[in-house]
Amino acid sequence: MARILPLAEAVAENVRDGDTVAMEGFTHLIPYAAGHEVIRQGRKDLFLIRMTPDILYDQLIGVGAARGMKFSWGGNPGVGSLHRFRDAVENQWPRPLDIEEHSHAAMANAYEAGAANLPFAMLRGYIGADLPKVNPNIRSVTCPFTGEVLAAVPAIRPDVTIIHAQRADRQGNVLIEGIVGVQKEAVLAARRSIVTVEEIVDELSPPSPNSVLLPGWAVTAVVHVPGGAFPSYAHGYYPRNNAFYIRWDEIARDREAFTAWIKENVLDARPEDFARHAAKKSPKAA
Amino acid sequence: MTDFTPNEMMTIAAARALSNDDVCFVGIGAPSAACNVARLTHAPDITLIYESGTVGTKPDVLPLSIGDGELCDTALFTVSVPEMFRYWLQGGRITTGFLGGAQIDKFANLNTTVVGPYDHPKVRLPGGGGAPEIASNCGRIFITMALTKRGFVEKLPFITSMGHGEGGNHRERLGLTTRGPTRVITDLCILEPDPETKELTVVSIHPGVGRDRIIENCGWPIKFADAVIETPAPTETELAVLRDINTRTKKAHEGTGKEAA
Repeated sequence: MARILPLAEAVAENVRDGDTVAMEGFTHLIPYAAGHEVIRQGRKDLFLIRMTPDILYDQLIGVGAARGMKFSWGGNPGVGSLHRFRDAVENQWPRPLDIEEHSHAAMANAYEAGAANLPFAMLRGYIGADLPKVNPNIRSVTCPFTGEVLAAVPAIRPDVTIIHAQRADRQGNVLIEGIVGVQKEAVLAARRSIVTVEEIVDELSPPSPNSVLLPGWAVTAVVHVPGGAFPSYAHGYYPRNNAFYIRWDEIARDREAFTAWIKENVLDARPEDFARHAAKKSPKAA
Repeated sequence: MTDFTPNEMMTIAAARALSNDDVCFVGIGAPSAACNVARLTHAPDITLIYESGTVGTKPDVLPLSIGDGELCDTALFTVSVPEMFRYWLQGGRITTGFLGGAQIDKFANLNTTVVGPYDHPKVRLPGGGGAPEIASNCGRIFITMALTKRGFVEKLPFITSMGHGEGGNHRERLGLTTRGPTRVITDLCILEPDPETKELTVVSIHPGVGRDRIIENCGWPIKFADAVIETPAPTETELAVLRDINTRTKKAHEGTGKEAA
């Protein structure tokens, strides 16, 4: 059963040095507050997994928290490069980063295979592409019925998955709405999970019997962090701050500017600081 | 004739490639602008799909990212990312994929991964994202990018997404039944693969552009089709729609961004 914890405690208990960590959220509901707590607690040698490592993983890579990363698209969406990621790959700063690179289709299938407790995923993918030449974890499997050769990739099984969601109730049941990405699969594929939420409510009241829910008994820790997805967004709560994504380009371009930004906005900040980004206050708020 | 920029001509020429019947998997940036101009002009019933899971979306402003809230708010429905890639893309439900790229070669293969060797890249680009499987699983592919020597290269350092591979029947030899890239829309001209060799060939030149400018801006000795036409200039309506959506988009994305996290 999920425990409802303060963020520092949830991270201290569930994220360990050397862990394989997935922080998911496909542009939407990216767990920034939790990622910043991982940085504040000085976790190191993490192997990071994420389909679209954007600013959050640029920050984790830039502070040297990661030994490696598995991903499928590493950019600042609509803006350009992730400069800290590039600096790590091109110049090994602040440390070398092992990369395991896939396509989105392969990553999505690999999370699903992890959630389904299968050892690998298969897909009709990578045809004529060069990634299989540089990633030994892209192999092939032959269909026993038709003989078709399909791409195969290992299932993703993180030590811990961290996501952000709209709401949880006091039993730790979690509701996710809008662009739901691979969050459900990523949580169910992981040994442990942390879900930060905008609100904790008495009654979850899912809007449809087919709503996307994670039951409290499938989640390790639930944390109330309003605004915790900023500068990404929480559907129904606050919009994506595209202006900040654009501004990140200049912050991250320069090592000193980046380091100063991290000190001011992460190391010297607290999870509660995210609350000012949570514009809407629902009447159902805790 | 109304004045227009090469970039406006590119977006409008790309929009014209789409029709009402298309179910289109939309890449971010230039493809997204083209797809929405099509929707707001001659193809109001086109189905636009973004890889974030939004199906039948009708954004009022162009998204900065592939998963802006605007896409979900205006979609017919939104599915998970695994469902998007498995059922809808791999399932063969998408007629047209619309991609951009950093680099393209004469057989319309795309590179968005690295410049230089993979292990020690000179420039590390974002990577493939959805493109490798969009390129193979959609019925056909349109590509839009500006014609420059840096972008249109003789040999790609890395093939992120296969177009026509080594040319000829390479796709068939790999078991692909989809058509691959059928049109490349640039800011100077439109290219289509030669029916036999699959080498990209100029079939239409935008108004006011000379052949020498196209030759100068391409990294390989570019071929022209026997019958090259002039691309019709943008209409008043097309330009107005494009400029309106660009203005709305700029306004929506503005702000200081100084509110730190």
